[in-house]
Amino acid sequence: MIEVDLRLDRGAFRLSCAFRSDSGALALFGRSGSGKSTVLGLIAGLLRPDAGRVVLDGETLVDVERGIFVPPHRRRVGVVFQDALLFPHLSVRTNLDYGRRFARAGRPVDADAVIAMLGIGHLMDRRPAGLSGGERQRVAIGRALLAGPRLLLLDEPLSALDFERRREIMPYVERLRDALDWPLVYVSHAVDEVARIAREVVVLEDGAVVARGAPGDVLAPGGAAAGFGALSVIEARVAGYDADYGLSALSHPAGSISVPGNVGPPGSVYRVLVRATDVALAVQRPRDVSFRTVLTGTIRAITTEDGPTARVELALRGEGRLVALVTRKAIDELGLDTGDEVFAMLKATALDERATAYAPRVR
Amino acid sequence: MLALSPEDWTALRLSVKVALVATLAALPVAIATATLLARARFPGKTLVDALVHLPLVMPPVVTGYLLLLAFGRRGPVGEWLESSFGLVLSFRWTGAALACAVMGFPLMVRAIRLSIESVDARLAAAAATLGAPPLWSYATVTLPLALPGVLAGSVLCFAKALGEFGATITFVSSIPGETRTLPAAIYAATQTPGGDASAMRLTLVAIAVSVAALALSEWLARRVRRAVGGAA
Repeated sequence: MIEVDLRLDRGAFRLSCAFRSDSGALALFGRSGSGKSTVLGLIAGLLRPDAGRVVLDGETLVDVERGIFVPPHRRRVGVVFQDALLFPHLSVRTNLDYGRRFARAGRPVDADAVIAMLGIGHLMDRRPAGLSGGERQRVAIGRALLAGPRLLLLDEPLSALDFERRREIMPYVERLRDALDWPLVYVSHAVDEVARIAREVVVLEDGAVVARGAPGDVLAPGGAAAGFGALSVIEARVAGYDADYGLSALSHPAGSISVPGNVGPPGSVYRVLVRATDVALAVQRPRDVSFRTVLTGTIRAITTEDGPTARVELALRGEGRLVALVTRKAIDELGLDTGDEVFAMLKATALDERATAYAPRVR
Repeated sequence: MLALSPEDWTALRLSVKVALVATLAALPVAIATATLLARARFPGKTLVDALVHLPLVMPPVVTGYLLLLAFGRRGPVGEWLESSFGLVLSFRWTGAALACAVMGFPLMVRAIRLSIESVDARLAAAAATLGAPPLWSYATVTLPLALPGVLAGSVLCFAKALGEFGATITFVSSIPGETRTLPAAIYAATQTPGGDASAMRLTLVAIAVSVAALALSEWLARRVRRAVGGAA
């Protein structure tokens, strides 16, 4: 359980934000400059607030009014920095061991398990300069964990990496959350990362909290994060896996969703990220098309601008929202209007590994 | 002609001893001062900075005279040192070492400060989030990464100490076997009729020692850089 109520005034930048969370996987989400990394620094004790407090699991880490400031080395709050910040003069092994001598008071850690989980056992004698970006970030995660923090803060840990490396790291963060059940706060401006990692999202804008809630609500089209790219998040249950075709079926009240690969045991909740450009619309239930996923929904809004495209927001039958990017011409020729029932078609092949993820177990 | 006389040898040994002691004595103080100037924010920082640089800009004779006033047997510090520790500096080789240390100090602080400033301060922050207390992270992260600068500063100080003349001769005079270092011996030789050969020999020795010190420091610097793992 973390409680944050902070104010900071740095001339042009003002932070004033308060939230509490016991979800164990909280994402701070917002554009760069929104103050999310500042909040992280304040929780870790690397910055001092002008006013307010931070309480972690009942222990006050900082409280300006009561004159309490626990220095960062006594907070037991680990940080994974954007650029890893490994100690360049020490080997991977020594980097990993750095916090262990101070870890006695912290959360007990099985070092071998962490090293195996991160797949960094073979890098032990290397220097940070000789590691790839992805390896460096995995070592940074390991180093933070072995110090036994009560809470792990990740500050845009993937933003310095290219797409392939991101895909490489993401499963490790998920294992951290699920296998080790480590409480974490994840800072990011990337919708797909937040959708995969978070149980709860706090959206920051200009130093203030503008939205809070489950990723499916906050990240949904029309939600507070709408400006971050036309993406929809749909949660559905795994119905089964068809080994012959290599497709999993997810059941949703609006229809069955096909995704490639065996995504998990039947009954588990899965989160699907759908890019608006991968959605096609039909006014009648389509037949004889290659789309394997057809979802029923009602048009809630159509936004057109000067360009050739229009943004159509659907309320899916049952629950969830979906946004589609289609041409204005199509809107006119199909005669689409708010309140119409339409069929949204998704290509299974567009729902690749990046677009699908285990929904974090709801506590 | 190149054979050194016993007096030459004495001056050479004394010079190296004085320069080494001066460098080693100045090192801890210089590291502390450089760290303070590089990392801390406190009122009067500009004043401390100016004070550190004073020996660099003042005439060496002035520095020597001030040392004499403070550390002489009648000086406030000198008197206290003698009564408390039985330590006498004036007209002793220890005094020569003090003069050299004071003269080399600004150069040493400058080099160390620059290299501490070039170490990413966020590395110390990272160490703190791993549970390391400030002094521990300083000793295990900041200082090792600043080692090339510490080394460069030490070499500069040693070289300065080896050549120091004005402050030394003012503070401790030029007593053969006690305070007559290489530069003082060369000066004495030039003032003696027929001392040209001796002056030339000592000059060659001074050049040789300087070049050797430079070569040693280059070699050490390369090793340290390799150990520290290059740029972060």
